Amino acid sequence: MEWLEPIQKLLGPAWLPIWTIVKIALIIAPLLGAVAYLTLAERKVIGWMQIRIGPNRVGYYGLLQPLADGLKLFMKEIIVPSGANKFLFVIAPIMVLMPALAAWAVIPFNGEMVLANVNAGLLYVLAMTSLGVYGVIIAGWASNSKYAFLGSLRSAAQIVSYEIAMGFALVCVLMAAQSLNLGEIVRGQHGNYGMLNWYFIPLFPMFMVYLISGVAETNRAPFDVAEGESEIVAGFHVEYSGMAFALFFLGEYANMILIAFLTSIMFLGGWLSPVPFLPDSIMWMLAKAAFVLFLFLWFRATFPRYRYDQLMRLGWKVFIPVSIVWVVVVGAWMQTSYWVW
Amino acid sequence: MSFIDVAFYLFASITVMAGMGVIVARNPVHAALFLVLAFCSAAGIWMLLEAEFLAIALVLVYVGAVMVLFLFVVMMLDINLVQLREGFWRWFPFGALLAGLMVFEMVWVLGSRQTSEVATAVVHGADYSNTKELGRLIYTDYVYPFEIAAVILLVAMVAAIALTLRRRAGVKSQNVADQVKVKKADRLRVVSMASEKKVASK
Repeated sequence: MEWLEPIQKLLGPAWLPIWTIVKIALIIAPLLGAVAYLTLAERKVIGWMQIRIGPNRVGYYGLLQPLADGLKLFMKEIIVPSGANKFLFVIAPIMVLMPALAAWAVIPFNGEMVLANVNAGLLYVLAMTSLGVYGVIIAGWASNSKYAFLGSLRSAAQIVSYEIAMGFALVCVLMAAQSLNLGEIVRGQHGNYGMLNWYFIPLFPMFMVYLISGVAETNRAPFDVAEGESEIVAGFHVEYSGMAFALFFLGEYANMILIAFLTSIMFLGGWLSPVPFLPDSIMWMLAKAAFVLFLFLWFRATFPRYRYDQLMRLGWKVFIPVSIVWVVVVGAWMQTSYWVW
Repeated sequence: MSFIDVAFYLFASITVMAGMGVIVARNPVHAALFLVLAFCSAAGIWMLLEAEFLAIALVLVYVGAVMVLFLFVVMMLDINLVQLREGFWRWFPFGALLAGLMVFEMVWVLGSRQTSEVATAVVHGADYSNTKELGRLIYTDYVYPFEIAAVILLVAMVAAIALTLRRRAGVKSQNVADQVKVKKADRLRVVSMASEKKVASK
């Protein structure tokens, strides 16, 4: 970063805020691009899985489809229902998107590239992801519509229940890594045996719990009862149109990418190389996140939607007991000499 | 005025205004959302004191879980505002007395000489983790109070579940373990039969 020094001298005390804003833009811009192309990837992948072609009209192989969709949503009118609470109706999509973007502040992309290297990074991520539910609840309530309200209640109950299992899965990770710093967690998975050193092996049940709870937290199929288009039309965002509607989807897809990155940081070794003879790089991180995202799309193409009571049963009666037992198992395991991670 | 002072007064004024909003707002959902805002800005003030664990735990527990359930309940209530206002002036002197007492207590404690002498926050180095410190204290020096608090919470939780658990007769429920155990042979019977002859139509 030597080439930046003249600019640093020129700007003086204004350097730090300006450089931080540049770094934030360097994270947000590719993220939003990834969100746009994730929608295309989703349609293409699910299309291929169902032996269809998927979007192929706009640009080569449909590559301009996300832009066309964005343009369409921009042109549409945003309709505020007459019985709606106007302020909360407008602020709800922002409340969905804000935490989904804020959580990226502590995500390390490789050994050095991280916006804020904070000690309590894992807690911060957990706190930010738990805020996303407010947008959904407020949207459902402010719309003054039965379907939206039902959707938001379902979503609130679901997110609160799966958050507990998710939190316990993260407790196992922080016990194994002995740190709340996401960078330290990745460094704790560094070793001579490549992917055998990653935490998904000793914490395999937690890896599963985290991955599935991640799908539930982001309201994705098969846990998309909050939208449930065959039961409650489109759930919490039924009254939204145009860009307000698009913001909900930006938030959902940004959350999916976030969960994919967190899964690869905490269980799949982050930027570490899976085999000892290849160098560690940010490319591994992106590849792992892309793999987890593919799993998200694969789930959606494969599984039918959970019925609401089955979903609650899975969260409270399966995941929470399993994760509490595994916290105890890991705690005991770490006291013995068989803990080699 | 340094950046920290500006940030403190910003967070403090938002906290006070949100606190006012909680009691002034006509709509209970708005009041609950004001409370969320008050929690968030209080977390900001704690963050300025470098108490990052407490700040994040406040957001995680109160904002992320408790207030969500609160909103959940408040949104479903059908509250009659007129009924709530009844007897406001009758209870007003009592409430004012209570508020005055609390203000007096706070001024008394915060304005005393002992408090103002130690009122500056202890500044630690960048590698100091107060999460780790807090964990160490909770599980060594304060392990009994901590465990007792945990047991009290557990008792409250069990009691709440026991109070709401009702066995109603005639409710259908499914046993998922039985459903998973079902084999093809239990449900499906393949019948082999001779092909039927085409019925001669009229």
